[in-house]
Amino acid sequence: MTARPASHRDHTGRGTGHALRGTVAAFDHPDAMLEALRRLRQAGFSRLEVYSPYAVEEVDELLGRKRAALPLVVAAAGVLGGIGGFFLQYWGMAVSYPLNIGGRPLNSWPAFSTSTFEISALCMLLAGLLAFCAACRLPRPYDPIFDVPGFEQASQDRFLIWIAAREGRDDRALLHTLLPEGQGVRIDEVPA
Amino acid sequence: MPPTPDAVAGPDSAHPVIEPGVTAMSVTAHVSDLVLERRTPLWWWVGFGLSLALLGVFAVALGWLFIRGVGIWGIDWPISWGFAIGNYVWWVGMASGGTLISALFFLTRSDWRSATSRIAESMTVFCVACAGIMPVIHLGRWWYFYWLFPYPNTMSLWPQFRSPLHWDFVAILAYVMGSVLFWYVGLIPDLATLRDRARRRWQRLLYGVMAMGWQGSSGHWRQFKMLYLILAALMAPLVCSIHSIVGLDFAGGLTPGWHETQFPPYFVFGAALSGFAVVLMLVMPLRRALDLHGVITPRHVDVLARLMLTASLLLSYCYLMEVFMPFYRGERADIIQVMAQLGGYYAPWYWAKIVLNGVIPQLLWFRRVRRNQPLLFLVALGVVVGMWIERFVIVVGSLHRNHSESSWFIFVPTVWDWATLAGSVGLFLTGFFLLLRFIPMVSMFELRELIHKKTAGDGR
Repeated sequence: MTARPASHRDHTGRGTGHALRGTVAAFDHPDAMLEALRRLRQAGFSRLEVYSPYAVEEVDELLGRKRAALPLVVAAAGVLGGIGGFFLQYWGMAVSYPLNIGGRPLNSWPAFSTSTFEISALCMLLAGLLAFCAACRLPRPYDPIFDVPGFEQASQDRFLIWIAAREGRDDRALLHTLLPEGQGVRIDEVPA
Repeated sequence: MPPTPDAVAGPDSAHPVIEPGVTAMSVTAHVSDLVLERRTPLWWWVGFGLSLALLGVFAVALGWLFIRGVGIWGIDWPISWGFAIGNYVWWVGMASGGTLISALFFLTRSDWRSATSRIAESMTVFCVACAGIMPVIHLGRWWYFYWLFPYPNTMSLWPQFRSPLHWDFVAILAYVMGSVLFWYVGLIPDLATLRDRARRRWQRLLYGVMAMGWQGSSGHWRQFKMLYLILAALMAPLVCSIHSIVGLDFAGGLTPGWHETQFPPYFVFGAALSGFAVVLMLVMPLRRALDLHGVITPRHVDVLARLMLTASLLLSYCYLMEVFMPFYRGERADIIQVMAQLGGYYAPWYWAKIVLNGVIPQLLWFRRVRRNQPLLFLVALGVVVGMWIERFVIVVGSLHRNHSESSWFIFVPTVWDWATLAGSVGLFLTGFFLLLRFIPMVSMFELRELIHKKTAGDGR
């Protein structure tokens, strides 16, 4: 495994302009990470984040995260896209350029239905991507979290818990008892 | 590990989706090293070179077409839809394979899909690219293709929204964008892995930009899971709708042989058949060339072969109805058309489609055939060729015996027809070879999760 040295990087004043201070605990196994997360929550730590190579179940519950609002945005885009798509066809065929062909109704809605569906689906796809990017704050090429030592392992085989330093408190001793360093666990302090 | 011959298909112990000894990290390291570290192998250069040569043929064929117009093809009145439309239906049909595997079987939670989805989706992206070009170049004045968009114009004209041909335009637009989006979104976590493992500067830059700053935080994963589920739930009906609408392109016309109510499902089945065949043709050599035996196992090949057999049976039913219905209706033009198919000028093509798509795939009932990869490859190749022939027969075979005898005509393809077809294959292969070199061909994060689930012992 190749660990990229991150220590010699400049931690201040890059990208978003704020620096991170706290502790990162790296785990080899998701279950150990979940166990540690439980202990941290019980000890009252609230500014926590988990970085993992795949989505680990239970993490959201332990962190007390709400369900994603993405489906609502997508559903709204679908409704708007459907209405807009239908109106576009209705306007073109019945109002702006009516063509009387054998006395058939100008508002021939069954013939508009397939394109309405396609336009609605397209709006949902695009709205989904945009909502995803907005919720995840992507694209974001640089974030201070990338400078955390060993962070590149989080996209491969390590499960990281980021514990933000609490204002005016020294939790080093507490964290050492909560997260016993040893087999499969590595603790790094991240200076500001 | 060769499976024992008397093993019963089905249980995971006999046909694992992941071979024993494969770990999450070994998959990640192997798949990303294929892209980041490995010296480009000779077969890649040879394949890419040949593909580029074919792409050159495409460029020449299109260049000459743009200079001289569609008269360089064998088309004329009344056969104004020749190879271009047949090619379009063929390419868009093959594209369906990727979407069905990665969207439909994602929704059914099939664990065999993870290892093959990336290959299938990458195939889809370039199939739809080839498909999208065809209807545009078949327009006599292709530079006016933007008239298909309902844009405000000084002529106060609108596209005919009631026409299936316009539905098709909207459907392709949605499908092309959806396919690319679905492929890209599914790639983001893997791009971040490549970014983090990359050692060269250009690699870090390329994958860093493409990964958009993915962190893999719990927040990111939560949104990602939700988005991917939504995209899959949208792409599954979209892929069915586009092939139904392609069927309606024909069914909306009064031409004998086209005016069939069964065409929408007929085209969906045909698309699925050719799509699974192409995925098989890509998966079997790639698992060897990229040394992916650990994650693409005989089980995957077996599942794809069974899907191909299922699609072939569905399509064969449509072939039967296609012959039965004209006689049941008793419409004279329809009967003349169907008799011309069975015994007329294009009969060899018609029977080739029956044999390649309906008869030969029946070999897949036998496990020994499904296990024999060279034979399976030939069956799949036969299906891909057979599906092109099917579209040729539908387009040309119907148009050459239209209602009025005065419009009976024989279409003979020119060298430029064949060059356009071969060239489009070049476009597909060039694109696919490039993806093969720069994109991980297996979804690493999905496999990490799958391997974790399998090794945690909670089974399927």
